[in-house]
Amino acid sequence: MRRVKHLIFWLVVIGIILLLFSTHVIAENDFSRQRYALVNVIKAEIMTARGFLNQESLDERVLDTLLKVPRHEFVRDTERPHAYTNSPLPIGYGQTISQPFIVAIMTDLLQLKKTDRVLEVGTGSGYQAAILAELADSVYTIEIIEPLAKQAAENLKRTGYDAVHTRSGDGYYGWEEAAPFDGIVVTAVASHIPPPLIKQLKPGGRMIIPVGAQFMTQYLVLVTKDANEKVTTRQILPVSFVPLTGKH
Amino acid sequence: MKPHLSLLIAVAIISASALAYEVLLMRLFSIIQWHHFAYMIISLALLGYGVSGVFLALNRDRLVQLFPSVIMANMLLFSLFAAICFLLAQQVPFNPSEMLWTSVQLLYLCGIYLMLALPFFFAANVVGLSLYRYKNQVASIYAADLLGAGLGSVGVILLLTIVFPEKVLTVLMLSGIVAALLVSSYFDASKHWTLASVIIGLAVIIIPPGWMTLKVSPYKSLNQLLQVPGTKIIDRYSSPLGLISVVKSDITPLRHAPGLSLNATTEPPEQLAVFTDADNMTAITRYNGNPETLGYLDQTTSALPYHLKQHSDILILGAGTGSDILQANYRAIKHIDAVELNPQIIDLVQRKYADFAGYLYSSAHVNVHVDEARGYLAATDKTYDLVNISLLDAFGASAAGLYSMAENYLYTEQAIREYLRHVSPDGYLSITRWIKIPPRDEPKLLATIINALKDAGVRQPGQQIIMIRGWQTSTLIIKNGALAAEEISRLKQFCNERSFDLVYYPGISESEVNRFNIQQQPYLYEATVALLGDQSRAFIDAYKFNIEAATDDKPYLFHFFKWRTLPEILSLLGTGGSFLLESGYLLLIAALVQAILASLLLIALPLRLWKSKLGIEPGSGNHLSMLVYFFSLGLAFLFIEIAFIQKFILILHHPLYAITVVLSTFLLSAGIGSYFSTKLSHSTEKLAFMLPMAAIALLSISYSLGFESITDFLLKIGSLSRYLFSIILIAPLGFCMGMPFPMALAKISQTTPALIPWAWGINGCASVISAILATLIAMQFGFTVLIFLAVCLYGVAAWCFPKL
Repeated sequence: MRRVKHLIFWLVVIGIILLLFSTHVIAENDFSRQRYALVNVIKAEIMTARGFLNQESLDERVLDTLLKVPRHEFVRDTERPHAYTNSPLPIGYGQTISQPFIVAIMTDLLQLKKTDRVLEVGTGSGYQAAILAELADSVYTIEIIEPLAKQAAENLKRTGYDAVHTRSGDGYYGWEEAAPFDGIVVTAVASHIPPPLIKQLKPGGRMIIPVGAQFMTQYLVLVTKDANEKVTTRQILPVSFVPLTGKH
Repeated sequence: MKPHLSLLIAVAIISASALAYEVLLMRLFSIIQWHHFAYMIISLALLGYGVSGVFLALNRDRLVQLFPSVIMANMLLFSLFAAICFLLAQQVPFNPSEMLWTSVQLLYLCGIYLMLALPFFFAANVVGLSLYRYKNQVASIYAADLLGAGLGSVGVILLLTIVFPEKVLTVLMLSGIVAALLVSSYFDASKHWTLASVIIGLAVIIIPPGWMTLKVSPYKSLNQLLQVPGTKIIDRYSSPLGLISVVKSDITPLRHAPGLSLNATTEPPEQLAVFTDADNMTAITRYNGNPETLGYLDQTTSALPYHLKQHSDILILGAGTGSDILQANYRAIKHIDAVELNPQIIDLVQRKYADFAGYLYSSAHVNVHVDEARGYLAATDKTYDLVNISLLDAFGASAAGLYSMAENYLYTEQAIREYLRHVSPDGYLSITRWIKIPPRDEPKLLATIINALKDAGVRQPGQQIIMIRGWQTSTLIIKNGALAAEEISRLKQFCNERSFDLVYYPGISESEVNRFNIQQQPYLYEATVALLGDQSRAFIDAYKFNIEAATDDKPYLFHFFKWRTLPEILSLLGTGGSFLLESGYLLLIAALVQAILASLLLIALPLRLWKSKLGIEPGSGNHLSMLVYFFSLGLAFLFIEIAFIQKFILILHHPLYAITVVLSTFLLSAGIGSYFSTKLSHSTEKLAFMLPMAAIALLSISYSLGFESITDFLLKIGSLSRYLFSIILIAPLGFCMGMPFPMALAKISQTTPALIPWAWGINGCASVISAILATLIAMQFGFTVLIFLAVCLYGVAAWCFPKL
């Protein structure tokens, strides 16, 4: 009788462990399915914005990265059910994690190669840094809000992106020791583009800046430095909209 | 039965407090949220008046039997809930910018409306029930209501200049208690009410001041900056114009330099951030007298006029914290007149941080004037080498379309003509604005300027216009004379050195534009060429935003909304196209729809369900005439009031003084009118009823037609006489406008007195709709149309009057 009880006890314990494990696997599978659906949404939306982006679709590598990086690991627990909706989400301290569609476009516009070195000013949740880490050789990211920087570093470590170099502090002067960079993302925009960041951009490099308030990106500014170090900007609307009907 | 003086005073105090509460909520919500949402929330909260009307109509006889207790209870409840409801409302995690992403935000918004409607409900019960109880003396009660509201409108502005807005709430709580005590002193059986009033009053006084702290949205720029380590608020000042917060950043420099060239290598010196209502950041820059430290200001588009020619005498409109003056200092300008509306901002630079700012506003070559731009110009004949207006609104608010419903007399055809009148021959008017993509305010401003130049007799406006842009700002220059070749070559050099793009100069070719800051199409160049050409009308019509020139009759530069474009923008919302929505206008529409639905619910539903309970006798048809009469009055009163407030902003220069003077004059004179209406009501002549209506029509139409001459005359006289004349002009109109409401109530009191509370509710609902509708009509058709519509509504009321 005692042996039967013992057996039942162990069966229950194993059952609970299996149940917990399977819910985790089911949840992961669910998140993975949601990521897939999200990427499909982004693909469809890119079709509407292609006139402004001058391209039919996004780089497949960028889309693969979006399929891979677990966005739900970078949002607060309360926001997890919405982690794969195509919308910005609050992450505390008056900051947001960008809309995945905007993250995809910004990353695509950087045209990163596997050997590239990238700087991000404004780590936020760390999600963009993780995306960049998938596509470039090394990623350096700076966040001025200390608790957010700490949280982002933990998020990155937990999700296996511990190679990302994180720092808490002022991003205005970039990351001098690691400069120059092939790509720079400035998510925490100042009242102007910091001259030191333009300096730390390699000839041929690209810098992307979303302009607008939290929850509302108005347009993207793509700063490029050509081989002769001539700097130009391109103002890109993330939607397909021309202000005029017909030609005047 | 006559109402005792103490009751009349108590009614006046409650009306004063309710109006003050409305203005105060506007201030508080502008600080913790954003101005446009404040407007929407408060408009709808006023539906509390409509709810009160229905409540009183259905329970009138039960309530009137307990009159003293009910009145005092409502006064005390107003006192308590004015504070409690605001404190609760600011705990709601409402975030307007999330509204398009999560629907729960709409629930939060509705929750706030409902909470804030409660104090207005209690205040309206006091007036409504008093009107019913003293049905034979409605004119006295209504007069007390209007006089109280008039005094409240002045009182709250005075209070806001003395104390922080959160403290005003305590004053309002106490005033409700004083009103209750006044009533209890007159009615006998109310010792426990006196005790309750005294206890609550003492509690309000004793509670430590920290109970009321404002919970500002974390997404407002002040709170965003305060997240940066080492930042702290070092000073706070309050006035009805806004709450000013000064922020110091000890670790990370502020570096506020909007529009800086990509080629700039220098950064700004140490700065202090200055926020108005926790937003609209500007900066006080440390200045040690050495212009070399200001080099960064020469790297912005607004520095262009200084490079075209050497100036000696310039005018800066909207000087703010002084960055335009520093820019002029860098170019060693000999004399600067600086005009700024907000005296507290001037005080910061002139006194409090004078040392930090290098005694900028006390310099011998700088004359600072506390005035509104057009007011200052109207009073002087001086001309300048350069008149400069730069980035008066903050980027965030400007970009999100939030200013669309705010009238702005700085950018109208008449304003541009006035500026140009003060530009010396061959001098410049320079206007710098934020870049918006797709462009909206720049083409609209261009259309306005081109119209102004044409009106001034300039045959080829294109010969006098220059426009350039960076990635963030654009600068538009209008020369008083034709541009010379040398100026064009200097312009090109300036832009080349700073990687700014040429947008337009006389003789420009398409190959010269869109080179450094590349847009999908050279939008602004195309717009300028089109607007200067023969096809400008077709271009304006085809443009997807409203870029019609702004005039003094339709002073809405920031109103870009076109219904035609809405479906296209709605289809882009999923991809984040919300920035294309001119949200200010749409919010106004949303508020109107909600107000109409709520009014229908409050008026039509009780009419259908509880007809006899409302006091409507079976078979009687006069209630429909009553409905039309009081609804028309509610609409028309505010149409005229709002049109005159907006018109007088131009005459009295200062929006705040204009609103206070016009509103209080209207209310006070209407109060007196109401009191005197009894004389007409007793008249046996049928025509006597029509007299005030005719006078209103005559006065408002003549004012509206002769407004330009009135403005010209008033702008030329001294400011005290200007205020006096304004009061003299408005008072007779207000006096007449105060009569139709009590006259009709007096008539009803003799035929169907049970319907008095219902009429009160109809009037309340109409007033809410009217305030919103008036702004929409003014935006679409101008103030003149608004006034004519009001006259028509008075006509409709006059037609209904005999059937009451």
